[in-house]
Amino acid sequence: MSRIGRREFLGASLAATLAAQDPSKVVIARDQSPSGLDSARVLKLLDRAVQSFFARDNPVEAWKLIARPGEVVGLKVNCLAGRGASTRTVLVDAVIERLQQAGFRGQDIVVWDRLNSDLESAGFPVGVRRDKVRFIGNDSAGYEDDLAVFGSAGSLLSRTLTRQCQAVINLPVLKDHGIVGVTMALKNMFGAIHNPNKYHSNAGDPYVADVNALAPIRQKVRLTICDALIAQYEGGPSYMPQWSWPFNGLLVASDPVALDTIGWQIIEAKRKEKGLPSLQAAKRAPSYIATAADAQHRLGTNDARLIRRVEV
Amino acid sequence: MQRREFLQVAVLPCLAGGAYAAADPDAKFIVEAKFYEKLAYKKTKCKLCPRECVIDDRERGYCGVRENRGGVYYSLVHSRVCAAHIDPIEKKPLFHFHPGSQAFSIATAGCNVNCKMCQNWDISQSRPEQVRNVYWPPQEVVRQARDSASPVIAFTYSEPVIFYEYMTDVAAAARAAGVKSVVVTGGFIQADPLKELCKHVDAIKVDLKGYSQKFYADVVHGDLKPVLDALVSMKKLGMWTEIVYLVIPTLNDSEAEFRGLSTWVKTELGPDVPLHFTRFHPEYLLKNLPPTPVSTLERAKAIADAEGLHYVYVGNVPGHPGENTLCPKCGKTVLEREGFTIKNDHIRHGRCEYCHQPIAGVWGA
Repeated sequence: MSRIGRREFLGASLAATLAAQDPSKVVIARDQSPSGLDSARVLKLLDRAVQSFFARDNPVEAWKLIARPGEVVGLKVNCLAGRGASTRTVLVDAVIERLQQAGFRGQDIVVWDRLNSDLESAGFPVGVRRDKVRFIGNDSAGYEDDLAVFGSAGSLLSRTLTRQCQAVINLPVLKDHGIVGVTMALKNMFGAIHNPNKYHSNAGDPYVADVNALAPIRQKVRLTICDALIAQYEGGPSYMPQWSWPFNGLLVASDPVALDTIGWQIIEAKRKEKGLPSLQAAKRAPSYIATAADAQHRLGTNDARLIRRVEV
Repeated sequence: MQRREFLQVAVLPCLAGGAYAAADPDAKFIVEAKFYEKLAYKKTKCKLCPRECVIDDRERGYCGVRENRGGVYYSLVHSRVCAAHIDPIEKKPLFHFHPGSQAFSIATAGCNVNCKMCQNWDISQSRPEQVRNVYWPPQEVVRQARDSASPVIAFTYSEPVIFYEYMTDVAAAARAAGVKSVVVTGGFIQADPLKELCKHVDAIKVDLKGYSQKFYADVVHGDLKPVLDALVSMKKLGMWTEIVYLVIPTLNDSEAEFRGLSTWVKTELGPDVPLHFTRFHPEYLLKNLPPTPVSTLERAKAIADAEGLHYVYVGNVPGHPGENTLCPKCGKTVLEREGFTIKNDHIRHGRCEYCHQPIAGVWGA
């Protein structure tokens, strides 16, 4: 499993090249209009975010930098919380639209999460859509038979990740998490393993970092587009409308640690505005983010001096 | 066929009446949990094991088999058997409980700890949907036990605490049918459910996995004190209890640990509780360590013997003399074993055949 194929090598090289240009750039795109975000506005928001991240004038050209046509691209959504606080279908549809315009065939796009029922509860179909895009839960695709091990993590990986996808776009949601503090890019990869329930102790530290260091995850996740259209600052990961707010934004980065660092700042600011204690005071600071940046993991940086925050 | 595959399927195909379960959770497997609290915002707090997981709606606890659905906490593994086999009771091991009897042994998926040395990690660390299951309601298990001439049902392989509701229902049905029940557990359970469990079962073997909190935190992902408390409770409740201590090179094999454990057992439980020092084999996340040297097990036994424990064994070393039960008074061998087989039995009506000293245990007729 640790061997890397030619296709993955090329893809990884592409991602590495991108990362080397601006390793810890985090783009925050927001729509300031007071009205709700329909599909057209979300597509525009996505274009603004991705074009800014890749410094491209043409949105389709930007998507070609994520993967090469012919590669199978997985879209790892987060659907545990149902329609209220899961990756929104309107965002996923926008990503699929741009991928197809960039030359990716429908059958080369896989939308996946832990369970078929989770996908359905968030409004996604299960199976093959008319445009041949596949939607599949790990409970259908199954898990590898052999353990993948890094540090404290020993898990069976989703076969969708290991056998179907050459590249993964991570599509988490910006929200609070009652045990591990926040759940965004890094935590969303718990949906790629068979035993996430084992890794919430000690606010997920070092488990979240260890899971993300498993070779297929580290090698295949090329980009994170964090759904912050509606964000949640308390009561997660379940949907709690009383603690949600329309951030009307997307966060884009290739460095998941940098993205989570910025996302954590956004949630802390909102908690402060609402008179809630910091996550540190609430004894659930997401220390796994710093662990993900340490010398053993090297998954990115949490150093604010090295993160380039770009708001568009 | 690998041992693991054999373990999971050995009995299942050859027994009638068990239909393979569908991949998705089925209503017939789901019962409301007995021990939990309802919290605000549809959260629940599990009160079955000391971990006390606080679970959001649609989430599961650490064990992976208990789920919050709309603020109600459910077990997903009632009658959901993923492993079944007929074992000698000595394999549990229970050396002082109806020796030589067969134990009809069952498990469901899930566990409330995550031991790095787990031999059955593929079922214990999985969710019920991730393994093959059969639907065996309590009466079906009792029928299988009787049909296979097994006087004992054993809840084992994974961690029976996490299928608590099923275990107690099976045990109650078994007792009504004259079949005994035993539990093979890590003992990581709260006081109230343990007290209730002891009303239904006949013996408990506890895997005391180490004798330091550091070992429990690092290797078991649990806590030592609740396990010690559970052992004391079992003693007070009159439950026949045996202890297994898996000796892992470099991790829990110090003389101080052997001595501390032995002293604690003698002081808190008494000298008649059997203590088995068993041999580790590399598994799961501890494949980097060698099997336990037999000399280490012998050293552990010598320390425990010297502390005054009456029944100390060497385990997982077939043919070793440390498998035998000696009379604590006259020193003669009263139960001679080889592996899981009883070769000679010199216990009569619970007493040494030679000197009539009572031998602690549950011996039957």
